[in-house]
Amino acid sequence: MEATMTRLTTVPGLGRELKSEEMVISMGPQHPSTHGVLRLELVVDGEVVVDVIPHIGYLHRCFEKHCEHMTNYQQVIPYADRMDYVAAMSNEFGFVIACEKLLKIKVPERVEYIRVIMAEFSRIVSHLIAIGTYGMDIGAFTPFLYCMRDRERVLDIFEQTCGARLLYNYMWIGGLSHDVTAGFTGKVKDFCRYFRPQIKELNDLLSYNKIFIKRTANVGVLPADVALNYAVSGPVLRGSGVQWDLRKNDPYSVYGSLDFEIPVGKGLKGTVGDCWDRYMVRVHEMEQSVNIIEQAVDRLPAGDVASAIPKRIRPDAGDIYVRTETPKGELGYYVVADGTATPFRVKVKSPCFVNLSALPAMCRGAMIADIVAVLGSIDIVLGEVDR
Amino acid sequence: MGLLDQKFENSNIVITSMDNLLNWARLSSLWGMQFGLACCAIEMMATGASHYDLDRFGTFFRGTPRQSDVMIVAGTVTLKMASRIKVLYDQMSEPRYVISMGSCSNCGGPYWEHGYHVLKGVDRIIPVDVYVPGCPPRPEALMEGLLKLQEKIRTESLAKKKSA
Amino acid sequence: MTAQEILESLKARFGDAVLDAKVDGLPDPWVKIAPAKLREVCLYLRDDPGMLFDVLMCLSGMDYRGGKLGVVYHCDSTVKHHRIVLKTEVIDADPHVSSVESVWKTANWHEREAFDMYGVVFDGHPDLRRILMPDDWQGFPLRKDYQVPEFYNGMKVPY
Repeated sequence: MEATMTRLTTVPGLGRELKSEEMVISMGPQHPSTHGVLRLELVVDGEVVVDVIPHIGYLHRCFEKHCEHMTNYQQVIPYADRMDYVAAMSNEFGFVIACEKLLKIKVPERVEYIRVIMAEFSRIVSHLIAIGTYGMDIGAFTPFLYCMRDRERVLDIFEQTCGARLLYNYMWIGGLSHDVTAGFTGKVKDFCRYFRPQIKELNDLLSYNKIFIKRTANVGVLPADVALNYAVSGPVLRGSGVQWDLRKNDPYSVYGSLDFEIPVGKGLKGTVGDCWDRYMVRVHEMEQSVNIIEQAVDRLPAGDVASAIPKRIRPDAGDIYVRTETPKGELGYYVVADGTATPFRVKVKSPCFVNLSALPAMCRGAMIADIVAVLGSIDIVLGEVDR
Repeated sequence: MGLLDQKFENSNIVITSMDNLLNWARLSSLWGMQFGLACCAIEMMATGASHYDLDRFGTFFRGTPRQSDVMIVAGTVTLKMASRIKVLYDQMSEPRYVISMGSCSNCGGPYWEHGYHVLKGVDRIIPVDVYVPGCPPRPEALMEGLLKLQEKIRTESLAKKKSA
Repeated sequence: MTAQEILESLKARFGDAVLDAKVDGLPDPWVKIAPAKLREVCLYLRDDPGMLFDVLMCLSGMDYRGGKLGVVYHCDSTVKHHRIVLKTEVIDADPHVSSVESVWKTANWHEREAFDMYGVVFDGHPDLRRILMPDDWQGFPLRKDYQVPEFYNGMKVPY
């Protein structure tokens, strides 16, 4: 803590001027509500936050260097898993699409549908964690336990399919590592049937809770034009009222043939683009994901999922930028191939990195306690911010 | 502690050694530091939450090192973070224990070869009591790690210093 | 607008600043711009009513080997639904590129990252310092000829 500036304030009736000082308070990297190892330097004037300076890089694990040093493209996938570890399937999805586009191959329809089911499941998982921990940041512990309980059910389906709970290495270039097991369809439908009422329960418990609304509505407002200038994406952008979802606006895989809606923030409890809107977009997105999963599982065609391409692929020299809609927003892979079996360069445009860069714009003028609410509402995963 | 309960019932007097009493108290309420680094932190959260319920073993998470007995290093330790982990460890009061959770904090994990910014093993900066392997370890594995730590504490003695 | 039309209007307006381009037969058509002119070109791309590139999707630093560094910009228009890729190349002895932070705020952190990883200096950036690596780190880790240091602050770095 250090004093930076002394200022004089007039207080009516006091008869003299009052001194007030700006201070710098360090928050993190070990802090229960920074969702990992993030450090914020808060410049505060009393309780009011004048500016926020985020410091990142405490989890920089050299993803891009690893991509350039692997012996083949396939080996990048486990590292891609470990970026956004809350929704690992979505990360793999983007990378395999990029490689398939570089190779100009088309994958069987069954593979596409299974991938979409998995990506939507990981959206549910990610949003459940985001909502659960967000409640905990605000001071509601119970919703966290409810969310984690439902999350375990999805993890059971993942585990049955590919053997892992968190980091899957399931989507391979040109196919999948295994086909789904017998009884998969039934299990998925059971989950969808189970999960719909749970969303209602969550709404009763948290979303429309008076205290929760007081803490989140009208806090951390991000107007739509600022959001676009910062290029934020995902629920943060949609919370600001912009109807932009790559699954609809730039469809990839089989999303073009599926029927779903894009929820946007409407400012029901406060201003458009406040924390409550961003939170509520996630809740509605889970409902839409359940719709997508149900449609995809009904249409799931029979067939083979094994990858027909050789282990060591050598795409022609060239570069490609592929973006997909992950739970956090627009995840872009810029892959440069040079004709060898190893990528020349892989740059990841991480949604969390970009969304976090808009944090100071949302926090200026808020109270210190609101910082926690704003930070939770943009739902960052530090593994993806720092890569 | 069935034996102990019976003794309470009969005469309200328990005779045991100081070592036993202290160890019993310590191992039965190992408060962990709420401090996740990376992927393993999500599994640590899952272990603490409804499905696996770490509270059964007397472990629940505190937000500050001053109130914690065990630091679970859950995830990749980077060079930028390493000095902070050392500070946090120093802030914990004795007796303090460290569980290294996951391959990354054991030895660098998948980042051991090209990770120019990854510390290859947290034991290079702080002493570790129990290593839990896995990438990430399942919640059951973390619980096993805690039980192993309890076993270790059970053999401690006031006369001898804790073997670090 | 097609990539060909974008290229034509850029050529008509900036002439010499357009160094090279490849706009057909590629998934991502690109235009190579002189590093000092980037800010002007981007401002035009953002504000011209025919272009309206309101989103900078990605900004990547590059090392093309042989002392050549580069920066790649992926621009997108949510209004007009067209995309263009801008590329620029500098030598590592004089890695100066004009900053587009004042055009798109999102470039702020992306440019800091490119500086951190490749040592590309963005002229006009308000706060160009390391972002991912510690402030006292030596060297630019994503360069192809980068050598990992033996020790950092007394901690051994290689396995």
